Amino acid sequence: MSPSADTSVVTDGINWLQHQRNRMIVLMVMAAVAMVIPLVANNYMLEVLTNAWFYTILCLGLNIVVGYAGLLDLGYAAFFAVGAYTTGILTSQFGINFWLTIPAAVLCSMLAGIIIGGPTLRLRSDYLAIVTLGFGEIVRIIARNLEITGGASGLIGIDRPSFFGIELSQGIHFYYVFLLLAIFACFVSYRLQNSRLGRAWQYVREDEDAAEAMGINRVGVKLYAYVIGAMFGGVAGSFFAVKMTAISPETFTFAQSVLILLGVVLGGMGKIPGVIVGAFALVLFPEIFRGLGSMRMLIFAIVMLIIMLYRPEGIWPRKQS
Amino acid sequence: MALLEVQNLVLSFAGLEVIRELGFSVEQGTIASLIGPNGAGKTSVFNCLTGFYRPDSGRIHFNDHSILRLKPHKITQAGMARTFQNLRLFKSMTVLENVMSGMHCRTSTGVLGSIFHTPSQQREEELIRRVSEECLAFVGLLDKKDRHAGNLPYGDQRRVEWARALATKPKLLLLDEPAAGLNHDEKQELIELILHIRKELGITILLIEHDMGLVMKVSEKITVIDYGKKIAEGTAVEVQSNPKVIEAYLGSEDEEDLL
Repeated sequence: MSPSADTSVVTDGINWLQHQRNRMIVLMVMAAVAMVIPLVANNYMLEVLTNAWFYTILCLGLNIVVGYAGLLDLGYAAFFAVGAYTTGILTSQFGINFWLTIPAAVLCSMLAGIIIGGPTLRLRSDYLAIVTLGFGEIVRIIARNLEITGGASGLIGIDRPSFFGIELSQGIHFYYVFLLLAIFACFVSYRLQNSRLGRAWQYVREDEDAAEAMGINRVGVKLYAYVIGAMFGGVAGSFFAVKMTAISPETFTFAQSVLILLGVVLGGMGKIPGVIVGAFALVLFPEIFRGLGSMRMLIFAIVMLIIMLYRPEGIWPRKQS
Repeated sequence: MALLEVQNLVLSFAGLEVIRELGFSVEQGTIASLIGPNGAGKTSVFNCLTGFYRPDSGRIHFNDHSILRLKPHKITQAGMARTFQNLRLFKSMTVLENVMSGMHCRTSTGVLGSIFHTPSQQREEELIRRVSEECLAFVGLLDKKDRHAGNLPYGDQRRVEWARALATKPKLLLLDEPAAGLNHDEKQELIELILHIRKELGITILLIEHDMGLVMKVSEKITVIDYGKKIAEGTAVEVQSNPKVIEAYLGSEDEEDLL
């Protein structure tokens, strides 16, 4: 095939995707594939894919903060930690049913979002990034030093939850749990993106002063982004705790925050399909190239540099007007 | 009772007084202007009125309420909208989306409404769209509503800013140098548009302008400031013949404009 024929296939494909109905077809097919994959996948593949859905949720959550509202957050793992520890502590030390700990995890992560966001969202981007970085470390160090969080060794023996009598213990169970959560996260992100609040985030991201002059409470809408992003992290953390049955402070390091941020930026900030692609790239790449041993992280880094140099707006293409 | 009343306004930056004891008022239903040579403090006055700057002292009453310590978004909500001297559009968004921003402070759907598409949310989205399209039709840009704002010619971008300000449903519209960068024909259209806004929508207008010709044609009351102080006030004819005004402008860059 000649190169020109090749490009026309690509443009045709993109044009075809512009139609709402065609998009729905693609989405349905992809959802169906995601649903049946566990029937053919082995345990290892299942574990990797579960992890990919898990990162999809985290990346979509951070995308609300970074992609929609344009706030650079370098401590997102903190919200994920708050959710995980809330569930971990409540189930293992107070014997509370896992499902009841989810609202608690949501509340605690929201609260954490308000505590960190309230006083700091008046800051402009660079300063905010530093403050969030500090906050992420504070949460990790608190978890490391408190007795209730199990100190440096963390919490172990978190009970597996049961769902209508079935104990969620196998890989396949958690695959579906995280798949459903990821789909729900996509739905919520999509609805928010195309709402009054979603537009307000975009106005503030483009020009704070003009947005304020149009009657938008700049600090208020940023706080919304922060709190909603925190909730995504909190819920993901909750399920993470019961999947792993053990959590330790070293899961929630600065590197974890950077990794999640990387997924968002790599895929394309503010674009839901892009963020999913980013999350998958993040998880799948090191696995696919496992044969290369420790060289693979180096190659991963080089690939990322190349993508960022040639596609600074992320892997996913920009919307055409 | 005047719609806008400013008394003894003082603003200083690091000890330098930019506005000194300034007082003026804008009556309901009028078109008023604030003029003065470069650096006289006109835009600073606007920024005080709209809450972007915090004056050191003074009184600003709008619609019988003090707005002196309010945040900019609260002031917009109270019914005062502004345009910017150098365009401040949301450039990567469409023209319609830009204008929809104005309706933000007149609507209230929250997070849950947005996620679940409640009936009230759908009604509100419909309303936002309808009002925004009306505002675009008013400034004559409805056919370009799906274009990206940043890709429009300069004159059209100005109109988007106007439509956006109108979408906040203001009682008072503040225009910061609306004629800057426009050619002769566009200025004529601008004059018509300003008169049209007052006549059709009943909105009171306060403008800052360099272009004396335009100010003289549209405004009923002109306040002249220099070095942050009021030096004259009155109708176009009164102000033009005032020796203080001539002195303030004489030798400045805007000399030709006066003639």
